[in-house]
Amino acid sequence: MSVKYTKDHEWIRLDGDVATVGITNYAQEQLGDVVFVEVPEAGTQFDAGAEAAVVESVKAASEVYAPLTGEIVEGNQALADDPSLVNSDPEGAGWFFKIKPDDLSQMDEMLDDIAYRALLVDLG
Amino acid sequence: MADTTNNLKTTPLDQLHHEYGAKMVPFAGYSMPVQYKAGVLQEHLHTRSQAGLFDVSHMGQARLQGSKAAEALETLVPGDIVGLGAGNMRYTLLTNDKGGIRDDLMVTHCGDSLYIVVNAACKDADFAHMQANLTDAKLEIIEDHALLALQGPKAAEVLARYAPAVRHMVFLTGQALRINDIPCFITRSGYTGEDGYEISIPNKDADAFARLLLSEHEVMPIGLGARDSLRLEAGLCLYGNDIDETTTPVEAALNWTIGKRRRAEGGFPGADVILGQIKDGTARKRVGLIPDGRAPARGGTEIQDLDGAAAGIVTSGGFGPTVDGPIAMGYLRTDLAEPGTRVNLMVRGKAQPAEVVKPPFVKQNYVKD
Repeated sequence: MSVKYTKDHEWIRLDGDVATVGITNYAQEQLGDVVFVEVPEAGTQFDAGAEAAVVESVKAASEVYAPLTGEIVEGNQALADDPSLVNSDPEGAGWFFKIKPDDLSQMDEMLDDIAYRALLVDLG
Repeated sequence: MADTTNNLKTTPLDQLHHEYGAKMVPFAGYSMPVQYKAGVLQEHLHTRSQAGLFDVSHMGQARLQGSKAAEALETLVPGDIVGLGAGNMRYTLLTNDKGGIRDDLMVTHCGDSLYIVVNAACKDADFAHMQANLTDAKLEIIEDHALLALQGPKAAEVLARYAPAVRHMVFLTGQALRINDIPCFITRSGYTGEDGYEISIPNKDADAFARLLLSEHEVMPIGLGARDSLRLEAGLCLYGNDIDETTTPVEAALNWTIGKRRRAEGGFPGADVILGQIKDGTARKRVGLIPDGRAPARGGTEIQDLDGAAAGIVTSGGFGPTVDGPIAMGYLRTDLAEPGTRVNLMVRGKAQPAEVVKPPFVKQNYVKD
């Protein structure tokens, strides 16, 4: 099981042929208190880079992009009842959606743990 | 003072903001705290339950001097300034010749002068406008005073520890008081819907006094993020969002700021348009909106009627922490503006049903007697 990251501060954890996607701790800190999350429905098809979910803090709305081309297997319905899970457990219970990628090799272009941490260092 | 890295001005509390872990953002040419460590949600809720300290030193403060100052100011605003008693304070508007709003402001009758507070983003233009048009009064811009707001149900108790007289002030009054021997001008006012005070204090004393207030267990520093969500819940307009040069006081549902005598006499910029609208009505009106569900509708969101026709636009919208749900304000076709009317908010291309309401969204807790 490996975790990869995007420059848009999403994490992707591959489990067999399904990838779980969420936003990183850095991303939730930047957003502040999350008050609303809209996740995609199972069966929806996305191209990599397409807007797949919405996350809103008190102040502003942000998009979460599909990091991989594929079909949504599940959206995290728990976030509808408790959006603050994104703040309290961003890389665990605060996951956004599970997607079945068409082409697993898209994972190869993503940042590994070390590269993502280097990106955060650059961001100060 | 200037921040050398990005040419932003700073307030006398800049060092304090950094020490308290503020996230600083550019706002109206100033480096200002948008939030501290607690975050917008906690800061908002704390202000409604305890007391919050806001740095509003970026706002423009001035005094209008002269025996005819009130008469002079009335040539620029539709509010009754001549009828304002000594020690009393009033919310009014600088209007333009088309009836639009140049800025909103607070005016306090101080006995020998009028004390004026205007928005940070408009202050240079406002003061130039006043200087150019007020021949019977002298405008003195106050640059050497910071402005702090202490807001919330515990504000009176806390501030009275330093200035006992503040307990006896009522909402929308002001007076000169000494705090720890520092001469301050204090008004019982604010822009959160809560009881509270605004304290004009010399720049050199502002930091020390802010630290004293923050040492009180009820007080937490509050950033601009919570200031915005608090004023939205209180149904108060944000200049540049909810009101601007293209919206009139009548469209903005601010008729209450135009006194009876001013309606009869006119004599302010755009009076023909504004008084005509009071008589004949307007095609659109500012209303409150409560979306069904949890998705906030932000400023700029289109409002449609139930047939899908364009009906208006959201000007301020977001999440109300005290309401615990999304709230918004916007301009809506007058035939739909009645509270209880159902409309659709077009959030990310999807129609979100919402109900028209009359702001405020929370009970205002002003101390009126």
